[in-house]
Amino acid sequence: MAVHAPAEHAAHHNPLVLNRVGLWLFFFSESVIFGLLLSSRFFLEGIHQDHVDQVLGLVITIVLLLSSVTAFTAETAMEKGNSKLCSQMLLLTILLGIIFAGGVAYEWKTAHFTREEVFGTVFFTMTGIHASHVVSGIVFLAMAWNIARKGRFTSKSHWGISGTVMYWHFVDVVWVFFYPALYLVDS
Amino acid sequence: MLRLNSVFGGLGLGLMGFYLGMAVAALLRWAFGYPEVWERDLNVSVGYCFGLIGWLMGVGMWGRWGREWFGLKTYPSPTKGWARYFTFNTDHKVIGIQYGVTFLIVFLLAGSLAMLIRAELAVNELQFFSKAQYNSLMSMHGILMVAVAVASVIGALGNYVVPLMIGAEDMAFPRLNALTFWLVPPTAVMLLATPFVGGLETGWTAYPPLSVVTQTGQTFFNLAIITFGLTSILGALNFIVTIIYMRAPGLTWGRLPVFVWAMFVTSWLALLYTQGFAVALLMVTLDRVGGMSFFDAANGGDPLLYQHVFWFYSHPAVYIMVIPGFGIALEVIAHFSRKPFYAYRYAVGAFMGILGLSGIVWAHHMFTSGMPNYLHGPFLMMTEAISIPTGLIFLCALGTIWMGRLWLTTPMLFAIAVIFNFACGGVTGIFLADVPTDIHLHDTYFVVAHFHYTIVGGEIFGLFAGLYYWFPKMTGRMYNERLAKLHFWWMFIGFNITFFVMHWPGIQGMNRRIADYPEAYQPVNLAVSLSAFLLGASFLVFFYNMINSWIRGPIAEANPWHARTLEWQTSSPPPLENFSSPPRVTGNPYDYGLPKPPHATFPQVAPAPAGGGGGGGGGGG
Repeated sequence: MAVHAPAEHAAHHNPLVLNRVGLWLFFFSESVIFGLLLSSRFFLEGIHQDHVDQVLGLVITIVLLLSSVTAFTAETAMEKGNSKLCSQMLLLTILLGIIFAGGVAYEWKTAHFTREEVFGTVFFTMTGIHASHVVSGIVFLAMAWNIARKGRFTSKSHWGISGTVMYWHFVDVVWVFFYPALYLVDS
Repeated sequence: MLRLNSVFGGLGLGLMGFYLGMAVAALLRWAFGYPEVWERDLNVSVGYCFGLIGWLMGVGMWGRWGREWFGLKTYPSPTKGWARYFTFNTDHKVIGIQYGVTFLIVFLLAGSLAMLIRAELAVNELQFFSKAQYNSLMSMHGILMVAVAVASVIGALGNYVVPLMIGAEDMAFPRLNALTFWLVPPTAVMLLATPFVGGLETGWTAYPPLSVVTQTGQTFFNLAIITFGLTSILGALNFIVTIIYMRAPGLTWGRLPVFVWAMFVTSWLALLYTQGFAVALLMVTLDRVGGMSFFDAANGGDPLLYQHVFWFYSHPAVYIMVIPGFGIALEVIAHFSRKPFYAYRYAVGAFMGILGLSGIVWAHHMFTSGMPNYLHGPFLMMTEAISIPTGLIFLCALGTIWMGRLWLTTPMLFAIAVIFNFACGGVTGIFLADVPTDIHLHDTYFVVAHFHYTIVGGEIFGLFAGLYYWFPKMTGRMYNERLAKLHFWWMFIGFNITFFVMHWPGIQGMNRRIADYPEAYQPVNLAVSLSAFLLGASFLVFFYNMINSWIRGPIAEANPWHARTLEWQTSSPPPLENFSSPPRVTGNPYDYGLPKPPHATFPQVAPAPAGGGGGGGGGGG
């Protein structure tokens, strides 16, 4: 076994590194949930697909991808000490997130299938679990925005924003896998 | 201002949250125009989520953590007095003791249920319970013991000992650590409430379609286990970050005590697989509460999906249970053989091998389930392959014992028993991994005997080895060695008679999980029941010894076992910050009898470790 460099003692260690690694491990763990749901979709239904609103799907996907850009801008703005831009970008991210969640809700309301059908079961479960992550992400963003608004974050210390933005990117990446599995595959 | 930071605060806010959540669900149903505003399973599920948050905040998480989310100041944990055990405390030593006491109580309870099961099965036909009551009894024994097996070693010993062994002041995320413990009481309450809402009929595996159509008890079970899964995952995450980043200077991966390695590998397993159980039960909940069709074959669903997702977790889960047991056994054997650890790298490699293989063997639980036949061969091969790393661990243990100067204290006896019992469990496992024999033995008492040999024999014996080994460190007092040896021999003999004999009705074809059986099985079942009572009685000795020694035992030395690892180089129990000066690791932990430097030194002004009772730990039985 390769002898690694000795670890720093706890007292000297940068808590930011620990937080970041911890959050990454949480994402690994969460991806198993999403992976199992994704596998279940193909196990139960193969690549069969009922009618879904393609235009709506494309629009909310673009909205969610854009929201990752604004979230990233918020984080880099805070790193450069631009607290005002950061708050604005956080608000914009929240807005885009709400549009996405609203789009999912509209899709649910106008769906051509019921939850008793198996496609409906997997569609509502996968979008539902993902949307619950989006909603919790919006809550975290709002909390981060609330603290940023009071000026409690600095360019050196803003884990609240970094962590939330990482979470938001993760939720976005999950949708990158769910969107084709639910909207694009077809027999 | 009222500061909510005890179980009472938690109960108050938790109950308020529970009723609030049920009302919110009813209100939403009314607003969306459902004909019935009250649908028991749904309203209870929403109430539970609200209640869980209320409980956590009330027990002290709000003051220690939650306020920070809104940019407010937080309060520190109390550091003295017995009340710190009943609040959201971030000290890993307090959390270890919280876990330990909680899970020993659960163990006692689930063990009593086993006694009731054996009382019912002692003679054929029904004597004490109805068939439905028997199902509940059997399911509760199963799930409570699974919880004990998953969390007792990791939660109690892992939390207490791992930061000490790596020379850290605490875990990487102390508040997350406290959170994982305080998710356990709601789990326990929900499981213990199931008999009042229709009981559990499905066994701990909760297979659909029965779990979809059965009583509300199943919903309680689902919520409890999803919560418990969260405990497992967050705890695992914390261990991984702690072990990677919090090691003392000089404590390289090659010098890490083998128990820490075992906890590291176990944590990866728990982190990556626990979601399987949670997702499976989430699907059952959605089928039950949300009217979905995952497992409803009439609408195109497939019950087999559940088994795949469920066993995707629940086979790795047996390694989550048993690897910490192996870790303790290897650790204890190394210290009490008084010679260097044999083939340390192979032991670590074996743990890694189990980590790699455990995720691709799950379908050996499903050979009779109707899955495609072409899957039988690969899963047979993979399952057999896992005996290679397991065999390596055995060789490491035997090689360490070989030519050693054995010190046969109680922990050592338990550790050797782990090796003996798991050998038996491993050999019977071969018959269950092979498709032809498994088709005959599936769902019989042979399976029951096999998994009790692996889990009880492999892990619970390891748990006792660890409890006796670290008892002086955790409590500052010494247990009674004579009573402990009595407990060991009593438990070892009772265990081996009970479960060795139990293979026989299994081979004859006696089905598990059935309240009644044909008369032909009666003599052997009576024998199993009598020896099970013998086994059960042995724990009375254990509990008497633990409680009595904790209160009145002689004060323990800092290092009663003359061990080299770090946790013994501080007082018993350790002070709040664990080490009076930060340790610096200079050698291997297991170099007994060699002219090598000590495992660790304490540069700066390091006073000699004081004997017993010092520091901020101790007391409070």
